[in-house]
Amino acid sequence: MRVALFVTCLVDLLRPSIGFAAIKLLENAGCTVEVAATQTCCGQPAYNGGDRAAAIALARKTIAEFEHCQRDQGCAYLVTPSGSCADQIRNAYPALLADDPAWQSRAEHLAARAYELTDFLVTVLHVESVPGDFAGSVSYHDSCSGLRGLGIREQPRALLALVPGLTLREMPAAEECCGFGGAFSIKFGAISAAIAEKKCVNARLAAADALVGGDLGCLLNIEGKLRRMGDRHTRVLHVAEVLAGVSTADATPN
Amino acid sequence: MQQQSMFFKARATATLADVGLQANLRQAKGKFVDSRAQAVADYDRENEGDFEALRLAGEAIRKRVVDDLDSWLEVFEERATARGASVLWARDGQEICDLVLDIARTHGVQKVIKSKSMLSEEAGLNQALEAAGVRPVETDLGEYILQIAGNEPPSHIIAPVMHKNVDQVADLFARTHGTPRQTAIPALTREARAVLREHFVSAEMGISGANFLIAETGSAALVTNEGNGRMVSSLPKVHVVITGIEKIVPTLADFATLMRLLPRSATGQVISNYVSLLTGKARGSAEESTTAATDATDATDGPEHVYFILVDNGRVGLLGSEFQSMLACIRCGACLNHCPVYQTIGGHAYGWVYPGPMGSVLTPLLRGVEKALDLPQASTLCQQCSVVCPVRIPLPELLRKLRERQTRAGLRPRGERLAWRLWAWLAARPGCYDLATRAALRYLNWLAGGRERIEVLGIAPGWSAGRDFPAPQGKTFRQLYRQQTKPR
Ligand code: SF4
Repeated sequence: MRVALFVTCLVDLLRPSIGFAAIKLLENAGCTVEVAATQTCCGQPAYNGGDRAAAIALARKTIAEFEHCQRDQGCAYLVTPSGSCADQIRNAYPALLADDPAWQSRAEHLAARAYELTDFLVTVLHVESVPGDFAGSVSYHDSCSGLRGLGIREQPRALLALVPGLTLREMPAAEECCGFGGAFSIKFGAISAAIAEKKCVNARLAAADALVGGDLGCLLNIEGKLRRMGDRHTRVLHVAEVLAGVSTADATPN
Repeated sequence: MQQQSMFFKARATATLADVGLQANLRQAKGKFVDSRAQAVADYDRENEGDFEALRLAGEAIRKRVVDDLDSWLEVFEERATARGASVLWARDGQEICDLVLDIARTHGVQKVIKSKSMLSEEAGLNQALEAAGVRPVETDLGEYILQIAGNEPPSHIIAPVMHKNVDQVADLFARTHGTPRQTAIPALTREARAVLREHFVSAEMGISGANFLIAETGSAALVTNEGNGRMVSSLPKVHVVITGIEKIVPTLADFATLMRLLPRSATGQVISNYVSLLTGKARGSAEESTTAATDATDATDGPEHVYFILVDNGRVGLLGSEFQSMLACIRCGACLNHCPVYQTIGGHAYGWVYPGPMGSVLTPLLRGVEKALDLPQASTLCQQCSVVCPVRIPLPELLRKLRERQTRAGLRPRGERLAWRLWAWLAARPGCYDLATRAALRYLNWLAGGRERIEVLGIAPGWSAGRDFPAPQGKTFRQLYRQQTKPR
């Protein structure tokens, strides 16, 4: 099966290892992965920032790119290592393009084929093993868009349970927002950081070796706050990195 | 009420350093969130997993009313009038005050006892009454505390004084009542009760809000936990109900459905301590008068005069707009209780009557988008509010639409608009975007200087004031992917 990987703008810029981990996981499950060289951002920041025109422009661009992948490479699905980008593509694109019937049906075509990575591995591919191993314990933070927009809760946990050596230690209030909120984290930095602090306090109650999540934005927020609070040892990892067995340090090919 | 929403950011930031407030907020959050979760779980167990179905039913009832509000208001007016009440209409806060003062003058009122009414807060009614020489006495315990604390504004729509703790209230009571300081809650409650009794029996007029107006019977429904609503609506000879025009529900059966949702969502109670249906003027005790009895001649107690003041104050503007669904709100407070931002800063920072997600939607819509620019932005859009809202109002979507409205109206700061435009321009042009991301990375790599984290993020100081920024890995995914896939 061929799938198009949507890397996401944050992963592209800040932590490419997550993109490579996603490729490894998909290939390990028997997929051939295509990455459109022209991809940038799904447009969610503009959508949430109130710039509807920009959000529409980027929605069209992403839709056209996928159609391209589908036509030329025969990609059946679009997969992305982010609940919030998947939520944007699945739920926001059809709504954003609702005024334009031709574009709306193209949006719906993509929406039906767009998956968050862990959701895809579990729901579509039914994977029963993953390449990674992890000697230690992790807690899992549910990011808001994936959880409430797409109903992703069991999928990452089911996959983590397949990792040899890994124990899952749930933190209290794992489903509560970490305070990231995209531009909110900069516009209202003090409030955002105060919410992040609550998340970090809960994360530390789990006393796990690593905090794992499915959205890089939230992970940056949580890791940044943990470090500022003086925690130098709790690792903060994307679920793809853990499942693929690549940590941030050694994931990047060189 | 004086609107302070433009100072949101400064006021919100100040609350973060208020240790006492933070403790109170933590405590309240635990209570509200856990209680609701328990109540929903219990309901689901007893009714085979149907709280979601109940929410759908609640949404449908409210939608039916809001879609056809003028017809329902006519029905209500006709039925309420037939039961001997007067139905009056107020366009704004000033008209509320004028009408209430007129009524007070007509009946020679010197003292008013009040049960909770958010509309009275919208109108700043207490100040207007005082200015006219009529003494208002708040009788909801929370509102009473706020009143004797020097007319503090409420910080929550159902728990107005949740920003204060027992010690603060103990001090306040000792100071105001001149009694020995006591800190046990039952003792404090008894003390307030003794003070308020005097007022209950001496006031000539009672003012309350209404949780619902029932069109079928022309009744007002009062849902309280303290019973003061009953005193206010039955002891004085005049009772004035002030409420928003959107509070209508068609039938008693609909009211029953919403009553399954409201207390569970608000406080996690199966039912509130007091649920009163007030229909018309003196005809036996008010709660008993919901049946369609027509003979009012044997009535002896209850108010001799009942007035409904039904208020627009900006609500009509929402009808037929993309924000119409906001009128479905039943003021349960669940969206506040579950909001990570509200939980962190409390209600006062929002600067007007309604805080939290529902306030961030309502305040700009009722007071003017340009007068509350921060509110729609001050949300992480985590969606928890819409998950718990008993009538399924899509609050995050409405917040986003308000953000769009700000953008369309040119109300965002210039720098922000430019940044968006530049970013959107780049993101649409992969070649340029590639160059821009590489430049951004060079900057971030330089800031990181080989360390794992950036402590001062020059381009986004709002981020790094409170947390570090994890250093990037060094190259973009696209760079690395090209290197990897291109045969060297
Ligand atoms: S918006 Fe919904 S959750 Fe919030 S107060 Fe209104 S009814 Fe309750």
